[in-house]
Amino acid sequence: MTVIAAPNAEGLRRDAAVERLQLFALGGPAVLLVIVTMIVPVGWLFWLSFLNDAGEFSLEHYRRMLVQPSYGRAFSLTFEVSFLTTAICIVLGYPLAYVLSQLPRRAANICMIAVMLPFWTSLLVRTYAWLVLLHRQGVINTWGIKLGLWEAPLPLVHNLNGTLIGMVHIMLPFLILPVYSSMRAIDRDYLKAAANLGASPTRAFWLVFLPLSLPGLLAGSLIVFILCLGFYVTPAVLGGGKVTMVANRIATDIELFFNWGAASSLGVVLFVLTGLILYAASRLVRLDRLLGGGSH
Amino acid sequence: MTRQAALPISVRQLTKRYGSLTVLDAIDLDVRSGEFLTLLGPSGSGKTTLLMMLAGFVRPDCGIIRFGDADVVRLEPHKRDVGMVFQNYALFPHMDVAANIAFPLKLRGVGKAETAERVEQALELVKLGGYGARRVDQLSGGQRQRIALARAIVFEPRILLMDEPLSALDKQLREHMQIELRQLHERLGMTTVYVTHDQREALTMSDRIAVIDHGRIQQLDAPHVIYDRPAGRFVAEFIGESTFVTVDVTEDDCRFGDVSLILGETPARLGQHELMIRPERLSILDGKQSPDINVLPATVRASIYQGDSILVQTLLADGTAVSVRASASVKPPAAGEPIRLGLRAADTYLLPDGAGRA
Repeated sequence: MTVIAAPNAEGLRRDAAVERLQLFALGGPAVLLVIVTMIVPVGWLFWLSFLNDAGEFSLEHYRRMLVQPSYGRAFSLTFEVSFLTTAICIVLGYPLAYVLSQLPRRAANICMIAVMLPFWTSLLVRTYAWLVLLHRQGVINTWGIKLGLWEAPLPLVHNLNGTLIGMVHIMLPFLILPVYSSMRAIDRDYLKAAANLGASPTRAFWLVFLPLSLPGLLAGSLIVFILCLGFYVTPAVLGGGKVTMVANRIATDIELFFNWGAASSLGVVLFVLTGLILYAASRLVRLDRLLGGGSH
Repeated sequence: MTRQAALPISVRQLTKRYGSLTVLDAIDLDVRSGEFLTLLGPSGSGKTTLLMMLAGFVRPDCGIIRFGDADVVRLEPHKRDVGMVFQNYALFPHMDVAANIAFPLKLRGVGKAETAERVEQALELVKLGGYGARRVDQLSGGQRQRIALARAIVFEPRILLMDEPLSALDKQLREHMQIELRQLHERLGMTTVYVTHDQREALTMSDRIAVIDHGRIQQLDAPHVIYDRPAGRFVAEFIGESTFVTVDVTEDDCRFGDVSLILGETPARLGQHELMIRPERLSILDGKQSPDINVLPATVRASIYQGDSILVQTLLADGTAVSVRASASVKPPAAGEPIRLGLRAADTYLLPDGAGRA
């Protein structure tokens, strides 16, 4: 009888490999879908952005972006709108998340459904609803004038105001959810300890509660900011053609000029900028927490 | 850190109800200045609620809490100036060790240099000198416990509250910390109220123990009195092991079946009483007799070898099961063998009626 040095080693190794393969197969369809619908088209656009009208390699589209001020304006407006939306969301959302986090769990869940409700309504419907509410003869202006709060119709829509109102409405849950979950995770004993050590409720908030909720706030702000960068429908409808963000500019390039290369190059630049912001932010907040906090 | 004048605590009529549930039932309690007093009781007894009221985190329905002469019952927690060690330590995770300890000093406007000095002193006191720059999550459970303690005493409060601070530690570390906390208390001398459900911890550390059950103080006494002379069945059962047998007290005798017992103290009334037997106070008698040792005849059920000793399970004359430890060096008695158990007269204690209060 011969002695085998490592009995069954080969078979066991094969079993492990099969197991890994089976696990991978579960994720297969999703991976395939991402490749077909994301990686391939984005790669194709990336490729297009480097071709001129004659189909030769050139940096023409990128050069035009630097030369023509309207492109620069689109980018700076995009960042301005995103920044303002994020700031307003923080101002409105953080106190609300705080109130929710202090409620008993049942009550908080009910209120959370109210926060989530907009999510279950189509973005398009909500945007047009705002149009109805905000325009010159809309509900708000009619009532405001009737009640004598103001004389002439306020310019609430077809401008930056309307865009911001619509975007904040859509983005608020994205901020509240991660902030709320990070606030829930704060052990109340920390606040008791702060009080016991001599901190008034105000100081306990600034010294203990706020710093501990900061990761959630940063995560929520980042999600809102990045989602804002790609907004199209809301500025198109509520901005009345005056708020041209990058996504709107891309649409114009395709619809009016049928210039896929120019549109692609805008997309690539926005994509790269977003990637840079995410990278910078990931050094501040841990990305897994961002994704964990954003899940719902 | 120096020894300083401690404050006595005086609690009167302190009551808390949640709906029909009475958590604290008109509690009266005096903690002497500089005393280490333990609130001992099962979970749900109200001991933690009482501590939280002293800290100001739970609002009583009525009652008085005096620190020294001042009634603090309506004072907000941050104005009470008492140190507290939380069960889970509640060290701020976004601050390092030094910042945690400096927190109460910062709130009191202590200068930078003095703060640094006092933080280091506090660290030395809990034997963690030089740990200031560590992050909280780099500390072991025992170290966190010490840091929490350092933070609670660094601002020199005259009252220190502790809510089961050792419950998260393993047994060995817990026993070590019990002695360390006790020594620290002797050095600092602040009035300390300590909550635990661990009777051994209470017996080891306290000057006095308040045994609490159902929102009432069942007994408030020094550890040895609580153990040897419990005020009622609850205290006797909650602390240590005990067996109870019924005895009959007449004018000139106390009888347990056929046996006449000599008592440590004469009971207040005649009739039936409960005799408390602490198994470890029983001895297995050989031939000799002694006038101040009561003899209880018993039958051996089994002898179990346990290394350091032999556990002898016996049945008393009335059928009550009692286990006695015998030295492992003697020959273990066989099952069915008659045996004589000795109980010193001083340990022959009849439970008083009701759940008497101290």
